[in-house]
Amino acid sequence: MRRPGLFYCNGETAMETLLSVKDLKIDFDQGKRFVRALHGVNLDVAKGEVLGVVGESGCGKSITWLAALGLLGNRARISGSVRLDGEEIAGMNETDLSRLRGGRIAMIFQDPSSSLNPVHRIGRQINEALKLHRGLTGAAADAESARLLDRVGIANATRRLREYPHEMSGGMNQRIMIAMALAGEPELLIADEPTTALDATIQAQILDLLTELRRDTGMALVLISHDLGVVADMSDRVAVMYGGRVIEEADTGSLFDNPAHPYTKGLIAALPDIDGPRRRLESIPGTVPAPDQLPPGCSFAPRCAIASKICDAAMPGFLPFGESANHFAACVKCREEAPFGEAAPGEAVKPGLVPA
Amino acid sequence: MVEYLLMKIFRALVTVTLIVSAAFVVLRLSGDPAIIILGPEAPPEAFEAFRRNWGLDQPIWVQYLKYFAAVFQGDLGVSMRDGRSALEVVSERIPLTLAITLPALFLKLCIGLPAGVTAALYRNSWVDRLIMMLSVAGFTVPSFVLGLVLAMVFAVWLGWLPSGGSDTWAHAVLPTVTMGLVGAAVIARFTRSAMLEVLGQPYIRTASAKGLLWRDVVRTHALPNAAIPTLTIIGFLVGSLVAGAVVVESVFSWPGVGRLLVNAVANRDLAVVQVILLLVGLTMVGANLAVDILYGMVDPRLRIKRLKAGS
Repeated sequence: MRRPGLFYCNGETAMETLLSVKDLKIDFDQGKRFVRALHGVNLDVAKGEVLGVVGESGCGKSITWLAALGLLGNRARISGSVRLDGEEIAGMNETDLSRLRGGRIAMIFQDPSSSLNPVHRIGRQINEALKLHRGLTGAAADAESARLLDRVGIANATRRLREYPHEMSGGMNQRIMIAMALAGEPELLIADEPTTALDATIQAQILDLLTELRRDTGMALVLISHDLGVVADMSDRVAVMYGGRVIEEADTGSLFDNPAHPYTKGLIAALPDIDGPRRRLESIPGTVPAPDQLPPGCSFAPRCAIASKICDAAMPGFLPFGESANHFAACVKCREEAPFGEAAPGEAVKPGLVPA
Repeated sequence: MVEYLLMKIFRALVTVTLIVSAAFVVLRLSGDPAIIILGPEAPPEAFEAFRRNWGLDQPIWVQYLKYFAAVFQGDLGVSMRDGRSALEVVSERIPLTLAITLPALFLKLCIGLPAGVTAALYRNSWVDRLIMMLSVAGFTVPSFVLGLVLAMVFAVWLGWLPSGGSDTWAHAVLPTVTMGLVGAAVIARFTRSAMLEVLGQPYIRTASAKGLLWRDVVRTHALPNAAIPTLTIIGFLVGSLVAGAVVVESVFSWPGVGRLLVNAVANRDLAVVQVILLLVGLTMVGANLAVDILYGMVDPRLRIKRLKAGS
């Protein structure tokens, strides 16, 4: 089973943990009371690994990482532990934390065009990161910025550095965000819905770029997305989040071949097939409950087709599932082999969806 | 760009023309200067002579056309009250008005901008609540009330400062402070909301995620962006330098343009009123034009749009 600090990827090699999130809880100050948005999340990212994090909006997939970097502001109360290479960074002072941000851990966001400051030139914004993390200024910084733009596939880099974000397309701006993230030579890149605001062809280009950069630099990647297809293509491991908790976690192959949690099954059933017969796409009935109105037991129970009395008793533990060593799920019913909706497990997934 | 500016200047002139025309019509419909200047008991022949002398016996559209013809030749008319050129009557008051409105503007900016930025940075804290409470008080209390309260406290009770007149610099303190406080309240509120808007933008999060310390995020990524909307209100304040002191000048008997305007309207001294309104229109429009140009310099998005529109 899983040993602390080490886990197994593809069942073979032991990988060294880079970032380890333990029992992370977040409460938001709503004026008169605190509302819990994250209920004790445990996640590990190994060096060089791609961890996909999926879930509907509001499930806590973004704030987990924003909290880890201390980017949630003072209305969030955070408890738990976040360790980078064994060093505790939760509750670290602002100065030390700011050295990590954009340095060892970089982040890119959903809407690239509004994530860049409209009144500063591209070059200035990249140079800022180069100065902070590599001490480069002046001509040396300009040259390195140009090299980075070139690296992320932007032509005429020197000219582009003198332009403003509004003069570029969304895809270009996301490339610039990636270049800025690379400026600190990060060991971990957190990509928060990096392609959601982009159209499909650009989306594929950006994902290819991320794959290529990861291969070349060996950095780990946390890919946050609500798009299962994207996550299936890119990730080594996938964590599925719901209602502020991780409810299933597995190697990508195992998750898509043999999903355990009814919610994961529902997400997979909602995906269209590329080949195979046309079928009606399944949807998960109901909506995500508001963070302050979670049911007492399993938070998915009200929407779950196989829920029974036992599900309302308490939030189920995160237990091993199936034959794969790294497959865990928080569901008491999933071991009973019950079908979800019309699609029996396994049937919903076509080979094209699962990476070889 | 040149084309863009010419367009702006043309529009500005149209605005000024409209202001002056409206004033022309309203003033002539709202009372007869002959009765007010000569007094109701004057003999009918005197009224006749007065009206003929100033051209008031002609149809209003003839008066209007004649007035504009004269204005374009640089003749702004003569004060009916003391017979001197209206322009001269007005311009000798301008330095006195600027003597209180310029320091007041300085005061507004020096209090309003930092207060607004601080309130936004410490949103929902007691600092924010205190600043906003004072700000709401500052712009809901009319300036004549605030002026009277200040005069009562500092002139009547404490006897530190004179309550009216313009003999020494001490006379300028109360009118300046009154205007400064009211203006600072407006600026603080405006700056706070501009700043909050900017602080909520995704690029602020990017700047933090990049590794900048919060004070550097504020300095390089929030303040320059928040300056853009704040320019509008500062432009408005600059535009009201000449005529923004009407109420305060009246409260503190400060003999500036504002009080001249009040007296000239009361006396139906038409030429003087017209000159003041022309002046107000020109400064307002000029300030707006300056803001427009500054906007383009601060906000690169507008600059590009204009270059494209101009070419």
